[in-house]
Amino acid sequence: MLKLEKLTKVYKTGDKALSEVDMEVPKGQVIALIGPSGAGKSTLIRCINRLVSPTGGSVILDGVDVTSLGSSGLRRERRRMGMIFQEYALVERLSVMENVLSGRLGYVGFFRSFFRKFPQSDVDEAFRLLDRVGLLHMADKRADELSGGQRQRVGIARALIQDPAVLLVDEPTASLDPKTSREIMRLIVEMCEERKLAAIINIHDVSLAQMFVQRVVGLKMGRIIFDGAPNQLTPDVLTEIYGEEDWEATIEAVDDDDYDADDVDGEGKKGEA
Amino acid sequence: MSVTLQDRVGKPWRKPHFISNPFLRWGLIIATVIYLILAIGSLEVSWERVYLGLERGWRFIVGFSQPDFISRWPDIYEGMIESVIMTITSTIVGIAISIPIALGAASNIAPLPVYLICRGIISISRALNEIIVAILLVAIFGFGPLAGFLTLSFATIGFLAKLLAEDIEDMNKSQAEAIRSTGASWLQWVNFGVQPQVMPRLIGLSIYRLDINFRESAVLGLVGAGGIGATLNTAFDRYEFDTVAAILIMIIVTVMALEFISGNIRARVQ
Repeated sequence: MLKLEKLTKVYKTGDKALSEVDMEVPKGQVIALIGPSGAGKSTLIRCINRLVSPTGGSVILDGVDVTSLGSSGLRRERRRMGMIFQEYALVERLSVMENVLSGRLGYVGFFRSFFRKFPQSDVDEAFRLLDRVGLLHMADKRADELSGGQRQRVGIARALIQDPAVLLVDEPTASLDPKTSREIMRLIVEMCEERKLAAIINIHDVSLAQMFVQRVVGLKMGRIIFDGAPNQLTPDVLTEIYGEEDWEATIEAVDDDDYDADDVDGEGKKGEA
Repeated sequence: MSVTLQDRVGKPWRKPHFISNPFLRWGLIIATVIYLILAIGSLEVSWERVYLGLERGWRFIVGFSQPDFISRWPDIYEGMIESVIMTITSTIVGIAISIPIALGAASNIAPLPVYLICRGIISISRALNEIIVAILLVAIFGFGPLAGFLTLSFATIGFLAKLLAEDIEDMNKSQAEAIRSTGASWLQWVNFGVQPQVMPRLIGLSIYRLDINFRESAVLGLVGAGGIGATLNTAFDRYEFDTVAAILIMIIVTVMALEFISGNIRARVQ
């Protein structure tokens, strides 16, 4: 469904952030993208919706080559790619509801959005999503009044109201505590399952990734050096991706939570670890 | 090359100097002191003249003890109304023109040619002092508040567009990026991603500029651009210091009131 072909990004400074990345994401599959800082994870995600322009290769979403689109075509395809950000990236001085509705900007005209007269169906869907992420009562609060976990839930609602085919998720848990991190990851994975969405999730926390996803891709220096199931991540593989370190503790933590991961894979049931 | 602990332990530590080269550092300090001495020495104060002037100054101050609002009230009233209208209209027009220029002058969102043009407009507006512009416009449009209105609008652009552009450049990139990723058009992106971030600053600057424009309108009257300044000028010419005092008191009170209001509003929009 989403296909990356020889995707390459060389920054103006000469840094080669991505070199010829090939990857295929089938419908409904949730992928964790792991790798050390500076490996190009963030660049990869941003090249897909062209927040960063790739310098070579192509991104193909359901047969449409995103890299060759003009500005209006790009807007149309961006609607189909919901993005969830590190540090949430909510517009802090707008209300929760405005932030969620901003996910519909690709569908409504300027004056409708300027006067905040979104179609009733959009408004209903926004309330439904806010209810789903447990924040219906916060709809008219300003975004900067929310806690970190709540903000990320709004971020998720904003991405989902776009009615996307794929979610691009950039370090969703980087500034959250361990419990909230799990809740947010669980929510993202559940939502993907409910709506049959594919997702690429950049994540630093390897054991958290193993807990929730079906496939892990390891990136190093702009190249894919691992692509496999979460349980194939051995200490050797992690050493190859990140460098020498004692990985046993990380792997063990995953073993403890194995049943939890199975739950999510299987029926999307809520499990407390 | 590598520093060992033995080298550092037991020796005092001091913050590195701001300018590390001692010759340059001391050279600059000595040059500054010499310049100050020469500059103060070059002031020629004629004490005789100061003595004569003291008496005139005294009359001026005495005028304040008995400000005369009554005898020239119609003139004062008309001047104040003219100044207020001039201030409000020029601020509104100035803001309306400044916003698109500020967007164009923010290097993070404008393409280079637009950026250069908008920065050029800002530089011209800032380079030309209000008085000079007013003299020019009085020459073109004649005496009266129209010249003052145009001058203040023009000056507002340089001030507001520059400071707003700087705020846009400092905005949080990821919030704007998030709006862009939804497939928003450029105008929607400005409305949702940029505007909420710079709105408090825009409101604060606008009110501050209103305050500046009022004060400037008092000065512009001195070169014939209308407003309370023209009334003030006439009163000076007639040596009516009690009326001058009345006018100055009204200007001071108005500015203080604006200051108070703008402080309150700015605290509220944060």
